[in-house]
Amino acid sequence: MSAYRIQGATGEWEVVIGLEVHAQVTSKAKLFSGAATEFGAEPNTQVSLVDAAMPGMLPVPNQECIRQAVRTGMALEAKINAWSRFDRKNYFYADLPQGYQISQLYHPIVGEGQVEIEVGEGSAKRVGIERIHIEQDAGKLMHDQHPSFSYVDLNRSGVALMEIVSKPDMRSPEEAGAYVRKLRSILRYVGSCDGNMEQGSMRADVNVSVRRPARDGQEVVPFGTRTETKNVNSIRFIMQAIEYEANRQVDLIESGGTVVQETRLFDPDKGETRSLRSKEDAHDYRYFPDPDLLPLELSDAFLEECRASLPELPDAKRQRYERELGLSAYNAGVLTAEVETARWFEELLAATGKSGPDVGKAASNWVISDLFGALNRLGKGIDESPVSPAQGAELLGLVADGTLSGTLAKQVFEIMLETGEDPAKIVEERGLKQTSDTGAIEAAITDVMAANADKVAEYRGGKDKLFGFFVGQTMKAMHGRANPQLVNDLLRKALS
Amino acid sequence: MTALTDLGVAAIRDGVRKGAFSAVEVAQAFSAAVAGAKALNAYVIETPEHALEAAEQADRDRAAGNLKPLSGVPLGIKDLFATKGYQTTAGSNMLGGFEPVYESTVSGNLFAAGAGMLGKLNMDEFAMGSSNETSAYGNVISPWRRSDGGNAPLTPGGSSGGSAAAVAARLAPGVTGTDTGGSIRQPAAFVGITGIKPTYGRCSRYGMVAFASSLDQAGPMARDVRDCAIMLEAMAGFDPKDSTSLQLDVPRWEAELSSDIRGKRIGIPKEYRIEGVPEEIDRVWEQGIAWMKDAGAEIVEVSLPHTRYALPTYYIIAPAEASSNLARYDGVKYGLRKMPESGGLAEMYEATRAAGFGAEVKRRIMIGTYVLSAGFYDAYFNQAQKVRALIARDFERVWEECDLLLTPTAPSAAFALGEKSDDPIAMYLNDVFAVPASLAGLPAMSVPGGLNEQGLPLGLQIIGKALDEQGVLNAGLAFEERAGFTARPEAWW
Repeated sequence: MSAYRIQGATGEWEVVIGLEVHAQVTSKAKLFSGAATEFGAEPNTQVSLVDAAMPGMLPVPNQECIRQAVRTGMALEAKINAWSRFDRKNYFYADLPQGYQISQLYHPIVGEGQVEIEVGEGSAKRVGIERIHIEQDAGKLMHDQHPSFSYVDLNRSGVALMEIVSKPDMRSPEEAGAYVRKLRSILRYVGSCDGNMEQGSMRADVNVSVRRPARDGQEVVPFGTRTETKNVNSIRFIMQAIEYEANRQVDLIESGGTVVQETRLFDPDKGETRSLRSKEDAHDYRYFPDPDLLPLELSDAFLEECRASLPELPDAKRQRYERELGLSAYNAGVLTAEVETARWFEELLAATGKSGPDVGKAASNWVISDLFGALNRLGKGIDESPVSPAQGAELLGLVADGTLSGTLAKQVFEIMLETGEDPAKIVEERGLKQTSDTGAIEAAITDVMAANADKVAEYRGGKDKLFGFFVGQTMKAMHGRANPQLVNDLLRKALS
Repeated sequence: MTALTDLGVAAIRDGVRKGAFSAVEVAQAFSAAVAGAKALNAYVIETPEHALEAAEQADRDRAAGNLKPLSGVPLGIKDLFATKGYQTTAGSNMLGGFEPVYESTVSGNLFAAGAGMLGKLNMDEFAMGSSNETSAYGNVISPWRRSDGGNAPLTPGGSSGGSAAAVAARLAPGVTGTDTGGSIRQPAAFVGITGIKPTYGRCSRYGMVAFASSLDQAGPMARDVRDCAIMLEAMAGFDPKDSTSLQLDVPRWEAELSSDIRGKRIGIPKEYRIEGVPEEIDRVWEQGIAWMKDAGAEIVEVSLPHTRYALPTYYIIAPAEASSNLARYDGVKYGLRKMPESGGLAEMYEATRAAGFGAEVKRRIMIGTYVLSAGFYDAYFNQAQKVRALIARDFERVWEECDLLLTPTAPSAAFALGEKSDDPIAMYLNDVFAVPASLAGLPAMSVPGGLNEQGLPLGLQIIGKALDEQGVLNAGLAFEERAGFTARPEAWW
């Protein structure tokens, strides 16, 4: 695949992208208080005295949030810092009751790691992780509740976030998209973030700069000045923001201007970014160690427990599917991209009671073509599937033991989708069973041949292609229930 | 018969237990004294109903044979402690009328031990001050007067000035104080009472309005060492709501009290002999050393080489933390809000904070903001953190040579109100002997040593190893027995 380049008036430009992904930690309680974290609750109903920054209130770390950050770091093959510390990031805003955000600037809990992404067919690339730190989310301002006042909702205030900072390793919007998709997939496998971007559980600050591509023999081209586009909340928007911002920077430079290091905002309606504040009026956050909190020290036992609790991750799973189940790289990739899909697929496999390539291939093909097709049509996710993995396994079993032909299986599946009934019951009650009754099939063949004597003659005259026609006619006469292999065998005999 | 208000914590507890008087009588006597001492301005609010209710409960508990450690003892609570349903202002206009819906762990522990509350005690605004002159409620006036015939009103010290004055004037048998850089010890010394700041982390900071989180520590102030031990036992203890509170059982300090300190090595740090300190301070120090010798202690000259950096270090770290801790007072959620005619959020912040904070608080917020700013952080805050570690190491090393340290508490006796209020540096110098132990988080107590020529009390400080409150209390008791300090201010209020 050729490298992504911006074609400027003065030549080609390379785009350099780094992402800071804010992922809300899956936890019933906030990072430093016992308040709940449920999405969509009535304003200010999930606020403790700590979250409201009442005088004399103190933060107490929530072990579960720490554990999830450590597990995430491990899943990203990152260095876990057994000693880390919380710092205060000081600034005034109405959605920040304490007047500071508790974060980790100097000593984050997770150090360098990596994510492997795939861009285009089979071309893998590693994106470095710089660090992951834990911090508090802020509240939310509501400007539409009163003509002259803004209202504050502190439900999100103090919710635990992981800030996952990548290295500036991405070079195209596609790579950035693939990175976020992969990161999201891993977080959801680990269970440390639900990855729900519409609800704001995951959002990204997008750092973009442009530079000339390296010429032959030139090793290092310095980075250009970057801008940071804040709080972009979908993969599509992240890619749009990068494309817009890279082109804007190229236009600016080529028309004699300079890129200013600044914070920008993405406007999804217009598909463009605009300046929020420049470095000159940037905050001085006056970071310093939070004296209310002791440094975080993680014991070996705790780290071991975190590691032991990690599930099989998407890359490992994909390789295993290829190796053990004989799946194509494509099928294995599709089935492992989302944790729910893999879970469903594995429940299906387990319910078949079989293992290995035979059942693996049949099951994966059925899931990807039949089940996904149906779910797509119904507009449902796999976890809302009207057909359970056990029912799917039963259906696959009926095909494997010859009770159902492929065609019949599709019919039965449609009925399953509609009624939710088990396939065996459907087959039984509706008589959809495939028949291997030689006499009945032979009788049907006789009728078909009698009705199409001209074609029989043509076939016997060498027009082999007509065989399919006879198969079709016979199956039709058998109402689709004849064993296709038997139909083939008997037809060949009868026509020869 | 002695007036009930002449009794201390132990005497009241024991008297109620024996039935010598009822808890209600005690509460009423103290509430009356409080009501009659408004001229001292020691209390910002009076809560006789709280004291009375606790006393009634104590009397019922006695009848039921169910007395608690502080049953029948009414206390004054420094206004820095959140008291549920009772105004908690930290001496600031910013929190004028603020009534928390929660109880601080320390006041809650005391009430759970059977104590009642006589009222909330005046203090320097947000505990920032050494003379109680920064309070939004006006300064406390010390019950003490110089014997020179002039009636110049004196400071009770600060920031726990109301607390100190209340004990000295017999407006409470015991009170809570808080100490960030001497705020228990210096006022205790100024009014001739005893006050101990325990090891950092002994008392929970939950519900204590924060000044400088890494230094703030609650402690008792009372008539004598035993009373302090009794109160501290009730106040201290691990609290899961404060991550910095120590996960340790509370020792039985009162039961283990002993004035037998024979063989203890008491260090006299040479760096605490500083230029410009009046001779009377040296004199009381020498006297204290003699008493310790008399008690069988071994006196050793020791060195704490980084002592002279303690004050500047303190005045970087404490304001830095304060500048951040006080950011929450912004007019958005509670407390004072000032809305200018025009303008938005930033203007509301400015107007609110301009009106809500006094000059000293503003000064410290400015200093703290400055030392944390980009470009200054390394030169000031980071450097101060390093020096703080060196100061702590000085103490670690000195414990190889001695068990306790004996030093003056403050560099002078109580000064007149207004005398230093125009000179912040002179004011800050009051803390010179107190801040090293604060920076190192060590237990330190001030005990009265005698009167100066003007008839004003002078205190000495005993500093101990981390967690060795018992050693400090025992040495204090030995000191107290020899000092026989019984002087008290003559009531003029």
